[in-house]
Amino acid sequence: MKVSMTVNGRPVEAEVDPRTTLVEFLRKHLNLTGTHVGCDTGQCGACTVHLNDRAVKSCSVLVGQAQGAAVTTIEGIAEDGGLHPVQAAFREHHGLQCGFCTPGMVMMAIDLLRNDPAPSEATIRQQLQGNLCRCTGYHNIVKAIQAAAATMAATEPAPTQMKEQLA
Amino acid sequence: MYAFNYHRPDSLEAAIGLLRTCEDGLFLAGGQTLLQSLRQRLAQPSDLIDLGALPELSGIRREGDQLVIGAMTRHAEVAASDLVRQSIPALAALAAGIGDAQVRNMGTLGGSIANNDPAADYPAGVLGLGATVVTSERELAADEFFTGMFETALEPGELIREVRFPIPRRAGYVKFAQPASRYALVGVMVAESAAGVRVAVTGAGPCVFRVPAMEQALAQDFQPQALDGIEVPADELNDDLHASAEYRAHLVGVLARRAVKAALAGL
Repeated sequence: MKVSMTVNGRPVEAEVDPRTTLVEFLRKHLNLTGTHVGCDTGQCGACTVHLNDRAVKSCSVLVGQAQGAAVTTIEGIAEDGGLHPVQAAFREHHGLQCGFCTPGMVMMAIDLLRNDPAPSEATIRQQLQGNLCRCTGYHNIVKAIQAAAATMAATEPAPTQMKEQLA
Repeated sequence: MYAFNYHRPDSLEAAIGLLRTCEDGLFLAGGQTLLQSLRQRLAQPSDLIDLGALPELSGIRREGDQLVIGAMTRHAEVAASDLVRQSIPALAALAAGIGDAQVRNMGTLGGSIANNDPAADYPAGVLGLGATVVTSERELAADEFFTGMFETALEPGELIREVRFPIPRRAGYVKFAQPASRYALVGVMVAESAAGVRVAVTGAGPCVFRVPAMEQALAQDFQPQALDGIEVPADELNDDLHASAEYRAHLVGVLARRAVKAALAGL
């Protein structure tokens, strides 16, 4: 079957098997391998992307469900070769160890900050329940998200929001 | 996954028509359970009929003393809705505690109750609040909708359109979440309205159920201590690696008291 959608602002179209999950489509058809497959059972959140500006687990979404939608992956959040403030904060605060869960963590963090620009530590931990870090490096991830919230509040409008306004 | 035909109809009539004409079709709502079931080859539908392009199945509105929620409304929308938070805060809290943030962004009310997982949260909300399930064919009271483990009164080809929740005087939902899945090890919804008190329990048994002894006691005195001495027999409760039947029976009592407290606090 044929699907078409917008991925990172670019219209894409492909002929796919209906069984294709969104993450397979992103990685295998579009070669966007920044989105990781961790558990492939909807538990770990490594495959988190934005579907119409909402964080979803792309292993738990059929490509058909994204028909006509706007999808944003980790490759689509930075502007002009720089880093998104959340990425910069993860680097600054060492919010990763092996890095495998990081794309999903960053995408979830951006969604979280969009809904709650100044989240408490408890809110951050609660909102990250669907993202597992097997290095158990949560402490610095939470710190990085708090730092990103502060940076983004100080430099409104943040890059992602600007992009949305332009889109 | 076994192979299937995928459809994304743009009208309710087309969706129902497709299901009737295909060999062994299933409606796809948010897919947060169905997709994993397909992947594990626990289900083998000939056709999937995606309800994602039917905006008429989504939305939250108030009609008199009822809160009406469309079947395709996502858990995150219910959790964040000012209308739900003002009229039935316990329902907003229930939706906010389902799964995790990503699941709440995809999962739907209709999908959850059609699946009727014995440990899902919404069945306790729908039964505890005495809601009515409106389908493509008829209206079903919650008491007749949930019929057994993963079983409902829905007939083949029958589609849930919306759920009508009578707005209670006060209600509370408290669950003890299984820490890995965040499904309810046990969850209790307590609601008081002009029609009386309802207590619905999920997670503990093979299907959501009411506790008449607790309802009668709370109708006399809507206070946690009114439940003292009332026990739910462990005989028919779930017993698995997560908790024994006795432990679940104990939790029903503890969580029912906490749900009453939450209702009194207006949470």
